[in-house]
Amino acid sequence: MDNRQKEIDNLKDYKYGFSTDIENTTAPKGLNEDIIKFISNIKKEPKWMLEFRLKAFERFKQLKEPDWQKPKYPKIDYQDLYYYSAPKSMDDKPKSLDELDPKLLETYKKLGIPLQEQARLNGIAVDAVFDSVSVATTFREELTKHGIIFCPISEAIQNHPELVKKYLGSVIPTTDHFFATLNSAVFTDGSFAYIPEGVRCPMELSTYFRINASNTGQFERTLIVADKGSYVSYLEGCTAPMRDENQLHAANVELIALDNAEIKYSTVQNWYPGDKDGKGGIYNFVTKRGLCKGKNSKISWTQVETGSAITWKYPSCILRGDNSVGEFYSIAITNNHQKADTGTKMIHLGKNTKSKIISKGISAGFSDMTYRGLVDISSKATNSNNYTQCDSLLMGNKCGAHTIPYIKNKNSESNIAHEATTSKISDEQLHYCQQRGLSAEEAVGLIVNGFCKEVLQQLPMEFAVEAQKLVGISLEGSVG
Amino acid sequence: MKEQLQKDFDNIVKNLSLSQKDIEIKKLYLDNFISRGFPNRKEEDWKFSDLNQIIKKNIGELSFYSDYTSTNKVDTSVFVDGLEHNKIVFINGRIEKIDFDYEEKNQIEIIDQSETTNRFNNNNSLLDLNTAFTNKSFKILVKQGYQLKKPLIIYHTTNSNIWSKNINLRLDFEIEKNSSLRLIDLFNDTSEKNFLNIFYNFNLKENAILKNYKVDKFENRNIKYSFNNIDQEKNSISETFILSSGSKFFKNEINCNLRGKYSSAFVNGIFSLNNNKHHEIRSIINHLTENTKSYQLVKSVLEGDSKAVYQGKIFVNSDAQKTDGYQLSKAILLNENSEFNAKPELEIYADDVKCSHGSASGSLNEDSIFYLMSRGLNYQQSRELLINGFLLDVVEKITDSEIKNLIKNMIGIKE
Repeated sequence: MDNRQKEIDNLKDYKYGFSTDIENTTAPKGLNEDIIKFISNIKKEPKWMLEFRLKAFERFKQLKEPDWQKPKYPKIDYQDLYYYSAPKSMDDKPKSLDELDPKLLETYKKLGIPLQEQARLNGIAVDAVFDSVSVATTFREELTKHGIIFCPISEAIQNHPELVKKYLGSVIPTTDHFFATLNSAVFTDGSFAYIPEGVRCPMELSTYFRINASNTGQFERTLIVADKGSYVSYLEGCTAPMRDENQLHAANVELIALDNAEIKYSTVQNWYPGDKDGKGGIYNFVTKRGLCKGKNSKISWTQVETGSAITWKYPSCILRGDNSVGEFYSIAITNNHQKADTGTKMIHLGKNTKSKIISKGISAGFSDMTYRGLVDISSKATNSNNYTQCDSLLMGNKCGAHTIPYIKNKNSESNIAHEATTSKISDEQLHYCQQRGLSAEEAVGLIVNGFCKEVLQQLPMEFAVEAQKLVGISLEGSVG
Repeated sequence: MKEQLQKDFDNIVKNLSLSQKDIEIKKLYLDNFISRGFPNRKEEDWKFSDLNQIIKKNIGELSFYSDYTSTNKVDTSVFVDGLEHNKIVFINGRIEKIDFDYEEKNQIEIIDQSETTNRFNNNNSLLDLNTAFTNKSFKILVKQGYQLKKPLIIYHTTNSNIWSKNINLRLDFEIEKNSSLRLIDLFNDTSEKNFLNIFYNFNLKENAILKNYKVDKFENRNIKYSFNNIDQEKNSISETFILSSGSKFFKNEINCNLRGKYSSAFVNGIFSLNNNKHHEIRSIINHLTENTKSYQLVKSVLEGDSKAVYQGKIFVNSDAQKTDGYQLSKAILLNENSEFNAKPELEIYADDVKCSHGSASGSLNEDSIFYLMSRGLNYQQSRELLINGFLLDVVEKITDSEIKNLIKNMIGIKE
């Protein structure tokens, strides 16, 4: 009991809120063609990549920032941001971990992601992204043996241009919406994974995003391609220091699954959510989209969203291949003054496609949470199926929970079922638990974990434990 | 369109004896409408039904002027048989008859509201259009403690004298404490290609009961929009039933404000569509205080290239604890080109509530058809039986047995 209390006390505040004092190379403030050339230049990118960026920027200039979302935020001055910031020690690429700045190693150790050989997490290959660059990728030799490419995207652009050229922008084109296009123009780093035909990736691939520098926007780009008959499970984690200012994180994630391939993408998002009065925190405006390009392919999104001042993202599946499957499992928790507008899109284009959406939202304090989703079955998607379930739990009458699903069915052979409920934890449930000796907080923790179980089960083991704890911590102080 | 609007507006104003102030107010609404035009898909509320396109495609150029000086002959053959009722008859948008023969005269008051006011809180350019062009607006007041003996049927009749016209109607109802009103809106068109724009406002005082049944059954090529605002005080009950079937396009909006404790609202609807028709129901139930209740059920059967849209929203204010809100929409798609779109929305700011919604769409269950056919019915009969049962569910929600039977007969549902 004492141990548990201690653990909770330890975690009560945002434990990843420290910042690392490190010398940085930054691009000048502002957004213009020179900055984009600067980024492209510092990454030693080929010409086609620069053209890709400039094309996106051309388009970006014509776009207007969207304002239909529920959580409103003060206008962002895009000229007052740094678009590139990297530890100085990364200027000359360190050949091995021994050459890596010890401060960086220390940072990741503190975050619970040790990069050194002896301390590595077993069975998880990690790509560590620090501000605008990837600082290290573990287990690369092991993966190379299987023909799997797992490296920072800036390296992939140089070493595997044919793959990047073929797939980058094929799911999220440069002509997409405001933030996605901004990302296409200025993205700095991220992960690239390619699983060759018929290979089942022997370990979890993972990227850990860390924002450190202040006044910086983080724009990473992740591209995962699963070739025919392959399988990969990918994890993503993120944290940032505690600061009074709001920081922008606008990432793009593209997944492509070819015939019979399966991609499982899990996120535990724990960006700094701001303090109790809603000051500071990350604006998490992310575009995630998966394309089930081949027959019998499958893409599954799992997300645990506990951090960020504002979360605004809709991981989506485009089910183009016949018999393809899309899944979306989500837990979103908002407390204090956090706001979230999240959900998914399932676009059925191929025959016999199936999708499933399980979304659990919990809001407490003064927070506001919205599930917004689209299920669209086109007239050609014969014999398709969708099942959607969105449940919301409210704690207190100062918070809000909203459900806005868009359901379109253009095919008479296809079925859509949608259910949503909103309620609070019933007094009977609480009474039952307390009667059996649990404190009010423990009882709420237990009930909430039960509420989220369906989604937590989808996470890989190592993450599930962490996520379960995170759910408890995020709701700390919201009972009573 | 702008010149046409200006010209028709000047014509209308000339024929009406309005005060200078009134004309100016109307002018303001006209200018609002001119600057905004008909709603289109860029507006969230019209995402699934682009009225601007629909009018362009089906009507083309509209004219907004109607000559209300001469009377139309009331064709008594359209009156409902076998049910004694009070009548209000609109022909081509002009009130021809108001008849409360069955009621005590001093219990019902009909007030001519020529003054232009805008009591609706609705960000909608069609309201601007309506306010600018309605020539006469009546308020029907049911006095305290009076329950109408017979239902009131409002006949919305149009005939072939009008073509490509926009008709704007407005009615106001106030139902005082402990009173009740049963109301049927019956649409009967022999005209084609007109746009009807109807606004109703209901004000329900304590313990008042309103039952409103909208029946759009007869085949016609008109475009219709009907907006209903219902304000409810303590203990009041409103029941709305919509049969959406006959017109080329019909959008019904129900905006219900549950302001008093223990008030409740019921919205039930049937879409029964074929050939290229496009209908929509949009409901917004605002739970503004505690212990209020709402229930909604919408079922659709879609044939041909038809399209049905259901947008339902349950809003719960932070004061509205103990709210009970429920919403269900189901659709059967019978043809490969039919389409069902839904946006069931929950917006909730109070924690001690029970709110849920469900939406399902798909084909007729083949297993059920097999079951019935194996018992000797042919395919057509089995199909009819299943659809009958599916829709009967909604008709059974009608609480008034007289009207329930009338509507059952109208749609030919057998028990």
